Amino acid sequence: MQNSIINMKKIVVGIGVLLCMLLWFSSCGTRMSESEQPVGTDLLKEEKELVEEGDNYIVVGISQVGSESDWRIACTESLRNTFTQENGYYLIFEDAQQKQENQLKALRDFILQEVDYIVLDPIVETGWDAVLQEARDAGIPVILMDRQVKVSDESLYTAWVGSDFRGQGVLAGSWLSDYLEEQGRGSERINIVTLQGTLDSTAQLGRTSGFASVMEQHDNWVMLERQDADFTQTKGQEVMEEFLKTYPDIDVVVSENDNMTFGAIEAIEAAGKTCGPDGDIIILSFDAGRAALQAMEEGEINADFECNPNLGPLVSEIIQKLEQGEETEKLQYIKETYFDTTMDLESLIEVRTY
Amino acid sequence: MSKGFGSKIKNISDTNLLLTITVVVFFLMYIGAMIFQGEGFLKAQALFNILNANAALIILSCGMSIVMITGGIDISVGGVTALISMCCAVYLDKAGGSVAMSVVIALLIGLGFGLVQGFLVAYLEIQPFIVSLAGMFFARGMTTIVNTEPFNVSNEAFVALKNTRIIVPGMGSVNRLGNYVDAYVEIGVLVALLVVIVLFCVLKWTKLGRNFYAVGGNSQSALMLGINVKRTRFIAHLLCGVLAGIGGFVYFLHVGSGSPSHASGAEMNAIASSIIGGTMLTGGVGNIIGTFFGVLSLSTIQNIVSSAGLDQAWWTGITVAAMLCLFLVVQSVVMAVRKKGNAK
Repeated sequence: MQNSIINMKKIVVGIGVLLCMLLWFSSCGTRMSESEQPVGTDLLKEEKELVEEGDNYIVVGISQVGSESDWRIACTESLRNTFTQENGYYLIFEDAQQKQENQLKALRDFILQEVDYIVLDPIVETGWDAVLQEARDAGIPVILMDRQVKVSDESLYTAWVGSDFRGQGVLAGSWLSDYLEEQGRGSERINIVTLQGTLDSTAQLGRTSGFASVMEQHDNWVMLERQDADFTQTKGQEVMEEFLKTYPDIDVVVSENDNMTFGAIEAIEAAGKTCGPDGDIIILSFDAGRAALQAMEEGEINADFECNPNLGPLVSEIIQKLEQGEETEKLQYIKETYFDTTMDLESLIEVRTY
Repeated sequence: MSKGFGSKIKNISDTNLLLTITVVVFFLMYIGAMIFQGEGFLKAQALFNILNANAALIILSCGMSIVMITGGIDISVGGVTALISMCCAVYLDKAGGSVAMSVVIALLIGLGFGLVQGFLVAYLEIQPFIVSLAGMFFARGMTTIVNTEPFNVSNEAFVALKNTRIIVPGMGSVNRLGNYVDAYVEIGVLVALLVVIVLFCVLKWTKLGRNFYAVGGNSQSALMLGINVKRTRFIAHLLCGVLAGIGGFVYFLHVGSGSPSHASGAEMNAIASSIIGGTMLTGGVGNIIGTFFGVLSLSTIQNIVSSAGLDQAWWTGITVAAMLCLFLVVQSVVMAVRKKGNAK
């Protein structure tokens, strides 16, 4: 019986602590508002330190989608390497592990901590209005990267940076046109098949339409078929096998990412054909990951068009502009290049980040 | 005084002791965060954000605590939450249903799971772990059958309810633009607090509540005392199911979308919260207030880890693991010391 009385006392003490805390809470609120005024000489030591810290560093809160692909990991790596304390930043990085609720929570925490900038790679396009409005009310600029959002008011975010997927498609088309010209096949009939990425994804839409726009200028190019292979290696192989059975004379394969390309190469080799610069079939791929460049070095891929994950420097550039009070462009495409077998692939692979 | 009554008093005291440890650790942690990390933690809204994000987890954990007190476990609650979110989302968005009906749907799904699992556990005496494992697979599978793609609900009445904010007077803060921002909680938080209070009273002052402890502490002696052990177990699982229904809807109200990957791992977080809150896996010991603080501790740790700039995904897991270890060790040490003291 005595034990339970002692425990009851402990609980009473616990509740007392709780009440003290709540009181302290509310007094903190008022103290902070006082410190906004120039009189604030009675700042606590920690608060002073915080103010100093805030002066030294630009605090950036980043909400990343996750770490589901090599591209994403390389992107994260680029952000971490850019927003370092040596560069004058204090980085708070949140991995949302593929969940929008985690991103919303991260953004609300950033707003509460009064970071200077929020960088968001939105996992889905909808459902951002409320939290972006909160960020605006708190005076925190939001910079989007990679994926885009659908919001009622475009001014809810400051800028977007990412890949120009249509541009990649156009680049692939013009590379092919130059290459065929060089080979002396400029006016020959060219049979093309396309392995498409997941239908309706931004990358698929952009790459397909970009390449199609170049095709229009070439009457001798024939698109035999486009089919969805879902950005995966297995689907890429399956679809390519079907293509090879249906069409005996394929000249060019356009594969909208590296994974599908690997599948397609397997299917082509299994069918007893060859691909690459010295083979029967010309292969164009997108993303240009390290593994694809190695395949290119082995002569299996003709050209690969980069999807650049190094978004960090561009985001930093925007933040620096905003710090100076300058205007920035709303949509900013990252600079992207391509690789083909005429380049010194060995040294390029070495410096490749993903 | 009968022996049964004496041991009952002892168990409730154990419960209170573990509760005290949890509460003290939580406050130490929170105050530590306020001193060393400042900024966000100094505002009342930081605490409210934790509540907003975890209202559903609090409700799920309460259900989990109850079955754990009776010596069982229910790992289906995360799956049930996902299923409820998806069903309600499809119903509201694609079938154009009403919000009130979606609440009913949520409760019915929870009730259904509680009834079936409770029956299998209590009357057919199948291991609760296996029953709820099957329940979890079933719920996750059904979620994908209902709809495979994640999507946001755009039903106007629902979005209005989701965005409803209850202003907490006098707790707001001034942001750097000099504007006063009110502190707020979401509706789910009120539901969660209500659940906590009601369940606390049920466990403390009703016959049913005491039966839960008796059955979990020692089902043989509970049987000899004339307690209907089977029915008590059944009710515990039924209650957990209904709470999963409520928690599922609160979760849905917070995220406003349906997705097969929703609430993944929620059952494990609920178990962890219950254990941190002083509920013992062996049954017979536990407290709803402790569970409440268990959830808060768990998410405070996560907030501390992330605002310290550490890589969240790994570090959260590691710190939670360390915390669980600490609590389990403290629990067993406390229990051992007390047993020794009582034996003297």
